[in-house]
Amino acid sequence: MIDVVMPQMGESIVEGTLTKWLKKKGDRVERDEPLFEISTDKVDTEIPAPAAGVLSDVFVDEGKTVAISTVVGKIDENGTGAIAGAPVAESAPVPDVGPSVTAKTPEPPPEPVASSAGPYPIPAPEPEPAHAAEPEGDLGPLSPLVRKMAREYSIDLHQVKGSGAGGRITKQDVEAYMSAQGAKTMAQSAQPVAPPQPAAAPPAPPAPPPVYQAPPAPAAPAPAAARAEAPAGRTRIEPMPIMRQRIAEHMVFSKHTSAHVTTVHRVDMTKVAKIRERNKAEFQQRNGFSLTFLPFVVRAAVEALRQYPILNASIDGTNIVYHNDLNIGIAVALENGLIVPVIANADEKTVTGLQRSIVDLSTRARSRQLKPQEVQGGTFSITNFGSFGSVFATPVINQPQVAILGVGVVEKVAAVVEGDAIAIRSKCYLALTFDHRLIDGALADQFTAKAKHVLENWSESVL
Amino acid sequence: MSNAVPRPCEVRDLGRIGYGEALAIQKDLEAKRKAGEIPDQLLIVEHSHVITMGRNGHMENLLAGEDVLRRAGISFYSTDRGGDVTYHGPGQIVGYPILDLREWKRDVVAYVRAVEQVIVDTLAEFKIEAGRVAGCTGVWVDGKKVAAIGVHLSRWVTTHGFALNQDTDLSYFQYIVPCGLAKPVTSMRELGSKAGRGEVTAALTRHFAEQFQLAVHQPVELTETI
Repeated sequence: MIDVVMPQMGESIVEGTLTKWLKKKGDRVERDEPLFEISTDKVDTEIPAPAAGVLSDVFVDEGKTVAISTVVGKIDENGTGAIAGAPVAESAPVPDVGPSVTAKTPEPPPEPVASSAGPYPIPAPEPEPAHAAEPEGDLGPLSPLVRKMAREYSIDLHQVKGSGAGGRITKQDVEAYMSAQGAKTMAQSAQPVAPPQPAAAPPAPPAPPPVYQAPPAPAAPAPAAARAEAPAGRTRIEPMPIMRQRIAEHMVFSKHTSAHVTTVHRVDMTKVAKIRERNKAEFQQRNGFSLTFLPFVVRAAVEALRQYPILNASIDGTNIVYHNDLNIGIAVALENGLIVPVIANADEKTVTGLQRSIVDLSTRARSRQLKPQEVQGGTFSITNFGSFGSVFATPVINQPQVAILGVGVVEKVAAVVEGDAIAIRSKCYLALTFDHRLIDGALADQFTAKAKHVLENWSESVL
Repeated sequence: MSNAVPRPCEVRDLGRIGYGEALAIQKDLEAKRKAGEIPDQLLIVEHSHVITMGRNGHMENLLAGEDVLRRAGISFYSTDRGGDVTYHGPGQIVGYPILDLREWKRDVVAYVRAVEQVIVDTLAEFKIEAGRVAGCTGVWVDGKKVAAIGVHLSRWVTTHGFALNQDTDLSYFQYIVPCGLAKPVTSMRELGSKAGRGEVTAALTRHFAEQFQLAVHQPVELTETI
């Protein structure tokens, strides 16, 4: 099954309106055939199918506006079209169930993890797959990647010897040419370059989707120079996926915006660990997912935020904006990035309710089925790097919030307890990164101490 | 841009032409542009009275029934461009850029903003201070719309484009709520410019080339690709 997603049609675009499905559910589509139309700011765009197959699911109705990279439908590559009926039903046994196809098994709940946070759009595939070939003067067919490389590095393709089928210029040819040129300019004996593709090889390298964007600054392109310094074949250049670019921007933006300071408190989780141990089996049986430490931490953070609402605020110019709602973002690691879905009104939820939200949001984050509003409106964030074994880290604030709480791994340690005895206790570190523009150290520590107090003196029932 | 060399662009002024005919030419050029058979294109046209509806258009923004329009000598088309309803007619300079945005920027918003800029720069040459209104695509002078924009994109190749009211009979806009916005329209003429169509078209083409880093030229064979 191939996901069909809302593509990103430009830098600043975060959502698009699906104006028209050009195929119906059950219709056969060819790769690159126009599948649906979207509308963004007076521009209507036809979006081609990412693969050939049968449009097996349609999740977004015409006229709906969704965030970029939202899954709008699915293509079953093995489907044979509506006419064949039965095989389709076989391969898609759950018709009309909607987006929630995944979260059925009570697996150990995917624990959201991440070392830092930020609400990013998940990357969208380029709106069109790379063309196989397009003629370019006397050069024969050139792949978009080759053209892009030629443009980017100002290469005269007439100077490049093609090794592909029919003398076609491949990516490897361009790389070999650049390496040779680079070696020349360095006045060194050229290292043997990668052997050219055998003629029998598939015509075009399976090019990464060309995501070339003109460099924003008019400065001369540095890549060619950087390229020349590297010995042949010792580097590989890849464009960053859009999600990576967004994360990069977001992180640097946050670091530029806030005065980041991190304070770390050690918390005795023994009591919570015992409660969890005691209720684990029954909790799993009742709810279908297991009980982790995270909802306890969220609950403790909520209590602390109630007492110190300035940590639930944001800065607008010289104003402090206090948010009445406690919407807690939970950082979830994805395969190649992260996203921070939000538990809205987290203060109205019990530990069970919080655990349910965490499991639901993180599962759907990974299957890319979050709704746009579910990654918006966060007022405070929590990141659970402990699930990767980290003891403590210094997370980056998720703008425009002013603080983020990081949870380290809960470990049994030898501790000095009352009466100067040594005992085995479950402990973890809570790391609070706060924006020193608004919050001073003393307050940050009072906040964290409050969360610690709630956890160490847990009194709520969890079942 | 990393490449300083301007990309070629063919410009044709097709003069007065019916909307349907111009649309057919656009679609033909779009297909050829997608196939890489031709460079970027800019068509300049002038339409006879026509009201067109974009894909997201709302029929309620068309204030007259089709029979009323027919009696007034106005044709009506539903099209695949973005935006709501608009009017084209004599005295209006309509531009249809057929650009492969992959050669420029893969960004539809940047494209629309750039087209707006071309018109703003052109109007400045004729001493008209125009600008943008946030959330209302188009070019505006003192709260009145002087140019409308609506674009269709397929594989990053643009069709449709902009319509600048040079010396348009603005009374024809009474039949519609332009672009679904209940805001007044204006023209260069109404704003005090006596510039002729040729002058304005030349300036538009020049600013268009500058904005999109194109080397414009008129193709020798005007009819060959049509």
